[in-house]
Amino acid sequence: MTLPLIVALPFLGALLPGLMIRAGRTPCALTTAAFTALALLGLILHAPAVIAGQVITARIEWLPQLGLAASFRLDGLGLLFAGLILGIGLLIILYARFYLSSRDPMGVFYSYLMLFQGAMVGIVLSDNILLLLVFWELTSLSSFLLIGYWKHLPEGRQGARMALAITGGGGLAMIAGMLMLGQIAGSYELSVILEHRVEIQSSPLYAPALVLMLLGCFTKSAQFPFHFWLPHAMAAPTPVSAYLHSATMVKAGIFLMARLWPVLSGTAEWFWIVTSAGLITMLVGAAVALFKDDLKAILAYSTVSHLGLVTMLLGMGTNDAAVTAVFHIINHATFKAALFMAAGIVDHEVGTRDIRRLGGLARLMPVTFGLTTVAGLSMAGIPPLNGFISKEMMLEAAVHTHWLGGPWTLAALATLGALLSVAYSFRLVGRTFLGAERHDYPHHPHDPPEGMWAAPALLVGLVVAIGLAPMAMTGWIVTAAADAVTGQSLHPHLKLWHGLKPALVLSILAVAGGALLFAAHGGAARAWAALPRLEGKAIFDRTTAALAAAARRLAEGSHDGALTRYMAIATVAMVAAGVWAFATGDHAAGTRAGTPIQPVALAGWTLLMVCTAATVVAHRLRILAVLLVGVVGLMVSVAFAYLAAPDLALTQISVEVVTVVLMLLALNFLPRTTPRESSVPRRLRDGGVAVAAGLAVGALTLAMLMRDFALPSVADYYLANSKTEGGGTNVVNVILVDFRGYDTFGEITVLGIGGLLIYALTETILRGGPANDRLLSWPRDRERAGDRHPMMLVVATRLILPIALMVGVFIFLRGHNLPGGGFIAGLIVSIALVMQYAASGFGWTQARQRIDYHAMIGVGVLVAAGTGVGAWFNGLPFLTSAYGYVDPPVVEEFELATAALFDLGVFLTVTGAVMLTLSSLSRVAVRAGETVATRPYDTDPRATQTGGH
Amino acid sequence: MELLIAAAVGGLTAAGVYLMLRQRAFPVILGLSLLSYAVNLFIFASGRVALALPPILDKTQAGYTDPLPQALVLTAIVISFGMTGVIVMMALGSWLHAGDDRIDMTDDDRAAEGQPPRDRTATGDRA
Repeated sequence: MTLPLIVALPFLGALLPGLMIRAGRTPCALTTAAFTALALLGLILHAPAVIAGQVITARIEWLPQLGLAASFRLDGLGLLFAGLILGIGLLIILYARFYLSSRDPMGVFYSYLMLFQGAMVGIVLSDNILLLLVFWELTSLSSFLLIGYWKHLPEGRQGARMALAITGGGGLAMIAGMLMLGQIAGSYELSVILEHRVEIQSSPLYAPALVLMLLGCFTKSAQFPFHFWLPHAMAAPTPVSAYLHSATMVKAGIFLMARLWPVLSGTAEWFWIVTSAGLITMLVGAAVALFKDDLKAILAYSTVSHLGLVTMLLGMGTNDAAVTAVFHIINHATFKAALFMAAGIVDHEVGTRDIRRLGGLARLMPVTFGLTTVAGLSMAGIPPLNGFISKEMMLEAAVHTHWLGGPWTLAALATLGALLSVAYSFRLVGRTFLGAERHDYPHHPHDPPEGMWAAPALLVGLVVAIGLAPMAMTGWIVTAAADAVTGQSLHPHLKLWHGLKPALVLSILAVAGGALLFAAHGGAARAWAALPRLEGKAIFDRTTAALAAAARRLAEGSHDGALTRYMAIATVAMVAAGVWAFATGDHAAGTRAGTPIQPVALAGWTLLMVCTAATVVAHRLRILAVLLVGVVGLMVSVAFAYLAAPDLALTQISVEVVTVVLMLLALNFLPRTTPRESSVPRRLRDGGVAVAAGLAVGALTLAMLMRDFALPSVADYYLANSKTEGGGTNVVNVILVDFRGYDTFGEITVLGIGGLLIYALTETILRGGPANDRLLSWPRDRERAGDRHPMMLVVATRLILPIALMVGVFIFLRGHNLPGGGFIAGLIVSIALVMQYAASGFGWTQARQRIDYHAMIGVGVLVAAGTGVGAWFNGLPFLTSAYGYVDPPVVEEFELATAALFDLGVFLTVTGAVMLTLSSLSRVAVRAGETVATRPYDTDPRATQTGGH
Repeated sequence: MELLIAAAVGGLTAAGVYLMLRQRAFPVILGLSLLSYAVNLFIFASGRVALALPPILDKTQAGYTDPLPQALVLTAIVISFGMTGVIVMMALGSWLHAGDDRIDMTDDDRAAEGQPPRDRTATGDRA
């Protein structure tokens, strides 16, 4: 099985639980488990090769320009972590099947869990650090969903938010660190980075990169001072806690430190930061754990403490410490997952997990008692369990490390950590199960069904087996993983009995001291309660509240809802940026010779400028302003014609007609005048802004026109190949339908969406509500023309219709060679139809033509797309056009290009969109009580005739 | 000729910006139309000025003007119609819905969103 498939399997598995839950809870769990099991099987098939020292890789290019490839690698470290993630994942799926109540949506739970599992497997198998980052962020997101799974609990939501903010924030720092690392090494592939130890450690970027990377690792792995999110994440259902906080999420930071250990470790910075953070975390976590009363809180802080232990070992930078770290990762995962599940069982069966309300459960829940005791003793480091061995090795490593003032400081503090660990482990087991039976448990306690204790039992079995035969059980994977971490070939020897060494003495001291501390817990708890301390959550809450308040002030200050103000600020900023660029840049005077001004051009220009100015002056009289803008538009189209752009002139003039019709239709309902309401200073300010913008844009235009092209124009290519490649002599049309057909395809799609959007807006107006009420009671006091449908207009438009349609067809057909084409033809046909609406009324026209404009838009886009797809069948890229000539009798020879079919799509979309827009406005008018003329004209000519006689 | 084009683009921009700074929806729509003309003319002008040299292939013609800006502007003109239509419909909807076509949020609107009243003295607005 390839590595990408192993990573993909959990993601694929995330898709099914939501469906399978309909078949019942057990089929849902089985389906989910099948995907994890399959991925695990794929991993196991690779295991022999990896243990033999091979590194298995797979690579799919993704964005090579960014150095981002979907490349995966499987070595000893990846095998260890992926095995833990999938193996414990399988047990969690089993456990959760029995843990979740029938009210909890189980399909959603399994989907989130598989999403998280896939992200974790992705992290540990990525070879590309950018890909790793993607998975890293995915774990933050999916763990957010898992922690907040019980959405109705405020603690769950808060815990999820806090976890996301802390781990997500750390992830951002890590992105920067990763990018720096990639810069130094010249590649984002781990396999390359791992070979650049010397370059990385001597680079000036090493220290910042290290700090940023460690920020990511420490937040994820809950290292001091970022440890506080983890206990709050305990609001999650217990299967989530057992999974995220024993084997997976919090181990991601540890994994990354181990992964980059060969290139980052061994320096003074690494040693001091990582070892110190780990040591402090170990001590703080253990001390807090001792004084918590909630079973899961004790386990959460003990997790923090054990993560600190592993971090400290990685910080030491020696091979022995690295081996110990790897070994302890396995041991911690086994006993801690078992303990979390046992705590969940107690919670589930007794109804509380507060140890002040527990005690004496040993007889009532013997199986749970046995499992918790063995796992708890392993956590305490009691022989012959696996926790003992890794603790011994840890103390041994600490003895050999100099830290702050001498050889024994670290050993003493590590022993203190171990002592606290013994005390809280004893307390966890003792206060829950030992002592006298009570009579005030919330439920009647009893052991759970086998399915629920099977998973922790399996783990406890491993705890014992690894303790008794560490080499046989884990020697292979520890060796493979430690080799991958250190990049050397090590031969670690794991054994239960290490001989009479200083570590054994320290271990005995820790157990004895821990037992004493447990015995004297009452006094210690009072002393602890009296101790002043900082609450991480309070600081976090204050910080986030302050940031949120600052963000709100900024947003409300700058976004106060005054759109005109945004517009003014944006305009001034753009003009200022342009002026600044002009003032600071180099520029030479223009060299292009000007074109002489002809009188006719000056006349047109004058008309344009006068009408523009008149629009501003008269904008309060809205109908006049629309007409003036129409004149400006006409002058712009004349300018296009004059400046050798016949296609543009035709388009502009036809768009102008429909725009004016559109605005007049809207003015039927909008007020006819704009009230004068801005103050004189305000108008002066706006005028200043407008004049500044106008001057700047005018100057820019002149500067551009007086200079030659900075770079060779692509126009020559189009001009040279229009006829030979596209089969047309109208280069503009050939560009639209052939060379840049893909752009045009996008643009007609946008236009179609615009038309549909207008239709949707109309629907919301007409659906009911205040707008509809206002329309229904629309006043009919406006003066109207006596004859709304004058006979001359009606007759003329009906006579013109076929001719206008013919012109549209003609313009369409000749478009490839002469000015015209789908856009212009669409507009002309629209105008022909609009004339019918205007002359004969909406109802009369609508009843006589049965064109569905929605369908027209859709068909247009489909025809254009289909033309493009057609090229595939000839083995050519999308929208490659073909053409040939036909010479039918009677008519002269004309050429037939697939581009014409594409242009037909353009034509249909444009017509559909324009007509849908205008008819939408007409529907508003009908709702307002605009009577529908049943006859072609209001005044019956026969009636007039008879009246005359 | 260049000067005329530049002045037209500048004049259309100034008029368009001024109208877009008005407080009612309809002048803003008019302003947007004027600004569209300005932008289209500007993009078109980036092909530089050439009289009587349309980009229609013809062996008797001495040369051609740049066809690419024309193709860009052609679709821009049609799209700007679609955009105008959407805005007109929005203006119409808000007018029919609220009986008001102001485009700035009023203090009542702001209160509905839980925001404090705007500081009138800071902007000099007379809403």
